[in-house]
Amino acid sequence: MNFLNDPINFVASWLHGLLTGWRLPDGLATVIVYFIGIVVLVIFAMTLDIGLVWVERKVVARFQDRLGPNRIGPFGLIQPVADIIKLVIKEDITPAGADKIIYNIAPVLAAMSVIALWAILPLSSKIFGVDLNVAVLYLVAAGALGTLAIIMAGWSSNNKYALLGAFRMVANIVSYEIPMVVTLLIPVILADTMSVQGITQAQSGMWFAILSPLAAIIFLISAIAELGRSPFDLTEAESELTAGFNVEYSGMKFGWFYASELLHAFTYGGFMAVMFFGGYGGFFGLETIPGFHWLTNPFVEALVFIAKGMLGYWVIMWIKYSMPRIRIDHMLAFNWKFLTPLSLVVLVDTAVLSKLLSGLPAWEYVLGMFLSNVIIAVITVEILRGYGRKQRLAEERLPAQAVHN
Amino acid sequence: MTADKVIFLLCAALILGSALMVVLTRKLIHAALWLVSVLFGVAVLYALLQAGFLAVVQVVIYIGAIAVLFIFAVMLTRRELLDRGPQTRSNWWIAAILALLILGGLVFLILGQPEAGRSAAAIPATVDTLRNLGMALVSPSAYVLPFEVASVLLLAALVGAVYIAGIGKK
Repeated sequence: MNFLNDPINFVASWLHGLLTGWRLPDGLATVIVYFIGIVVLVIFAMTLDIGLVWVERKVVARFQDRLGPNRIGPFGLIQPVADIIKLVIKEDITPAGADKIIYNIAPVLAAMSVIALWAILPLSSKIFGVDLNVAVLYLVAAGALGTLAIIMAGWSSNNKYALLGAFRMVANIVSYEIPMVVTLLIPVILADTMSVQGITQAQSGMWFAILSPLAAIIFLISAIAELGRSPFDLTEAESELTAGFNVEYSGMKFGWFYASELLHAFTYGGFMAVMFFGGYGGFFGLETIPGFHWLTNPFVEALVFIAKGMLGYWVIMWIKYSMPRIRIDHMLAFNWKFLTPLSLVVLVDTAVLSKLLSGLPAWEYVLGMFLSNVIIAVITVEILRGYGRKQRLAEERLPAQAVHN
Repeated sequence: MTADKVIFLLCAALILGSALMVVLTRKLIHAALWLVSVLFGVAVLYALLQAGFLAVVQVVIYIGAIAVLFIFAVMLTRRELLDRGPQTRSNWWIAAILALLILGGLVFLILGQPEAGRSAAAIPATVDTLRNLGMALVSPSAYVLPFEVASVLLLAALVGAVYIAGIGKK
């Protein structure tokens, strides 16, 4: 065991040795080492978050044909630091009639629900918080805490816009949780495990995005809804609700909501990579060829993972900055009448086919899974087209009748 | 005292304190949030008992669904979120005696068990508890019947909800 092959365990065992060397009891030393590990992980996540502020502002500027921050530091790189200083020294306002304790806990809980996800995020085969055997469910559970934070913020602000924003957000999250959970089951079926390490390793030969592209797309859509980003940002809808659930927050308390939203988006980009794009691995067997063995180095894997996560984050931003906001009834109808049935069909298809085809050679298995997804997609598009046609004809007929009468 | 014990004691204190606050606070929303804190504490207890699946499901279902539903129901149905009247009834002492009796009975029963007071044995790494649970839920020799009955019950509730929502929408 050396630093390059297994950095976390190397440092942890060194620290543990150091602490027990100071005559600390073994149990206490373990607790201290774990605690330091948690603090380091959180600091890493939050430092990355500062970078994400810059990335987000630069990328949105490119999408909108602007330059973005470019005054402070090279390429505006120090801009987020200036932003943070501004947020920290701003006056902290608590509205009259606000429920003070809940109002102050809400931003902490919002940030906590995102950082909790980092406990299971597998940065590489050796760098990760914990390899839970229920990691996929843990992802959903952390989302539940985020919902709670939004309700608390919206209710305690004593502001009708904040409360309306919170209601919309919860309607959004509660409904899109269903296709998300269903599509999360698909990697679980394909990998035969719920641990994120297991799911990543099961994709070393073939990404699940190729075995089940529909599931990957549904997961992306429901992840965007879960994040409350455009086109599902009804919770913020600044033209209707001023800013939604966080309208009353100022200074760093607003900063926590903002930071946790950005980190959440990146984290979901990372989970997108874990569930469907091979996570830190998934080199299609390239790493077994001599000369490419360095791909399995933990640091290389972590870089690959962050690159894939950033790519997912970029796709989420791309959609956010090029789609208009959808109406709330459209949003709910899209979920309940389209995404949920479709995800259930894909789930049943994956469960049945992966058992039926499991004996076949690898390429036939992959082709079969992929083709079944294509067939489902074609049928879905045909049904949608028929439905749209019927509606269009009905609309054309109505004014015609009015003229005849 | 091991770390497990410290976490257990902290967690038990959190659960008991929050449970008391659920009935003592006058604001209904606060009561709901204290309930969330109780449920979270119970999830931590499950995690301490190496029942990771139960812990996570506890958070998903009780906090993510049921507590959120409570909060919504309270916010949407009550105009005033503050209870004013007296918080105890005249026969509170009967409830107190009953609660003490139940506590005494439970303590007596638990102390009678040979395993009482011992810390849980570690589950060997080769045992996949989650897989065992999944197999038990669908194997005919274990729990397939209760599992299916519960599923049918949920399906019936779902159909009923859709039917009620559809009444008067012709």
